[in-house]
Amino acid sequence: MTHANPTDNRLPSILTAATPRRVITFVAFVLIALLLLPIVLSAFWMKIMFEMAAYSLVTLGLGLLVGRTGIYSLCQVPMMAAGAWIALRVHYLVDLPFPLLLLISGLLTGLLGIVIGLPAMRLSGLYLALVTLMAAGAITLLLTVVKFPNGGDGFWGFDKLNSSGQNILPRPSSATSDIAFYRYTVVVAAIGFLVAAIHITGKPGRAWASIRQSEVTAVSAGVNTTLYKLWAFALSAAVTGVAGGLIVAGTGVTTNQFPVEQSITLLAVVLLGGVYNLWGAVLAAFFLRVFPQILDKKLGLPVEVLTMLFGVGVISTLAMQPKGVVEDLTNLGRFVGSKFARSERAEHEGVAT
Amino acid sequence: MIVIDSLTVRFGGVTPINDMNLTMTAGSNGLIGPNGAGKTTFFNVLSGFVRPAEGTVTVFGDELLPMADFKRVRWGVRRTFQTEQAIADLTVYENVLLIEEHSGRKSSTRRADVIEAVEFVGLGNQIGRAVGTLGAAERRLVEVARAIVGHPRLVLLDEPAAGLPEDETEKLGEIIKQIPDRTGAMVVLVDHDMELVSATCDEVAVLDFGSVIASGKTQAVLADPLVMRAYLGDDERVQA
Repeated sequence: MTHANPTDNRLPSILTAATPRRVITFVAFVLIALLLLPIVLSAFWMKIMFEMAAYSLVTLGLGLLVGRTGIYSLCQVPMMAAGAWIALRVHYLVDLPFPLLLLISGLLTGLLGIVIGLPAMRLSGLYLALVTLMAAGAITLLLTVVKFPNGGDGFWGFDKLNSSGQNILPRPSSATSDIAFYRYTVVVAAIGFLVAAIHITGKPGRAWASIRQSEVTAVSAGVNTTLYKLWAFALSAAVTGVAGGLIVAGTGVTTNQFPVEQSITLLAVVLLGGVYNLWGAVLAAFFLRVFPQILDKKLGLPVEVLTMLFGVGVISTLAMQPKGVVEDLTNLGRFVGSKFARSERAEHEGVAT
Repeated sequence: MIVIDSLTVRFGGVTPINDMNLTMTAGSNGLIGPNGAGKTTFFNVLSGFVRPAEGTVTVFGDELLPMADFKRVRWGVRRTFQTEQAIADLTVYENVLLIEEHSGRKSSTRRADVIEAVEFVGLGNQIGRAVGTLGAAERRLVEVARAIVGHPRLVLLDEPAAGLPEDETEKLGEIIKQIPDRTGAMVVLVDHDMELVSATCDEVAVLDFGSVIASGKTQAVLADPLVMRAYLGDDERVQA
């Protein structure tokens, strides 16, 4: 007896009906394009593209929670701040290579994510979202009191006399220029996406899918829901913490850079981009960092328009395309692909006759 | 063998299972009764979703109730539900694999176990398809494959044929009948389709208002006037 290959549909649906080879080719193409972008973009747009690359990890983190496990968290932006804080604090404590600093930042933020995720054991939906929003408020408030570390003494590492307002982490010696650090960030983000893809296509991904369907489905499948929910929170926070480390080295951070309300905007763009597909996270990061600049610099529209556009976008997404804009783009790509294949086939048949 | 001793479940003032005592020994066992008799609540007790107020359940000598709900799959409890639980956007293979990889079996036999279960229910040629793209009968078979994968010891089937046409129900019955011999597990089937129950179950127990009112060989129980009254009511029985 012959079987269809059981692994056919196990990759994330980056392109529908995608074979592993197609997925790898497409990912490689996008990566190369992103790495070559500095050739054509100005310094200003490179800064924006750097932000998009770093924020794609933040949107990835939230997308993992919402799309894979069905958990709504409004604490993602303070998690990024926590990642930045940890990276700075560890840097002033010990002299470590930058990749190790990012790793520690990710791991410790992941632990913080587990703490934030504890209420998820008892709550869900709106109630959990509210609790995480309260936690976000608490972290933001704490940050305004303790500030980002600047080499001071004590646990908090803040020296009032030495305060300049902005805190920057030294970049790795191999990527000190803006362009090199942008490329570095793209590579780190790609690794983050790879880690997420491995999770989604593996045992955790299936366990999360069962939790998303219902607690009953998961438990009756033998899934330890406590473990896997906390795992999702930890992974989500870890990639977000890494993004915080990248941001603090790329552009620096200020205390008021992570307002609580940004978590709500973040959830909106993540839903808009698409939570069931990893490319949705990239698209969400585009909406969050690049799209506002296009509105402002290219179209001359006020930033307030953005909030309205996101609002309309989220409503239309929830009502008409729950899989987000990425699904529309996938369908468009499929349509163009089929047209192209049809015309090519017709051409071949014409030659044959 | 399943031994249920003085099992009582209370939800506030309601007692869906009231001092239930039953011993099941056959490979395939039916559990029937009118709506609200406590059948699904009993399954929920065995699955760990409901904690009983009193009583014990011993299966193959092991006390089931002290086990954490998710650990019961590892012990060998498998279950289907009245509402479908197969995950639409996962493939047939992944849906069955989900149970297998949380059942504590060795990873080296995982793939073979999953393929064997899927082939057993006759979905070998659909193994790579997303469950959401399958028909209703095929999705039910996925549920059965999920219930028998690995090394099940107790398979609970809650109205597996609900909504299926007669020919599909018959096909499903053939598969259910083979489960004890094929896997060594005990099957407990809850269904309102008496043809399916009598075709697949060696023994049957009847629940009414949370208590067992009859149990024994299937044909004898189904012919019991007390059972007919519980199921059909006096007036309907007279007309029948």
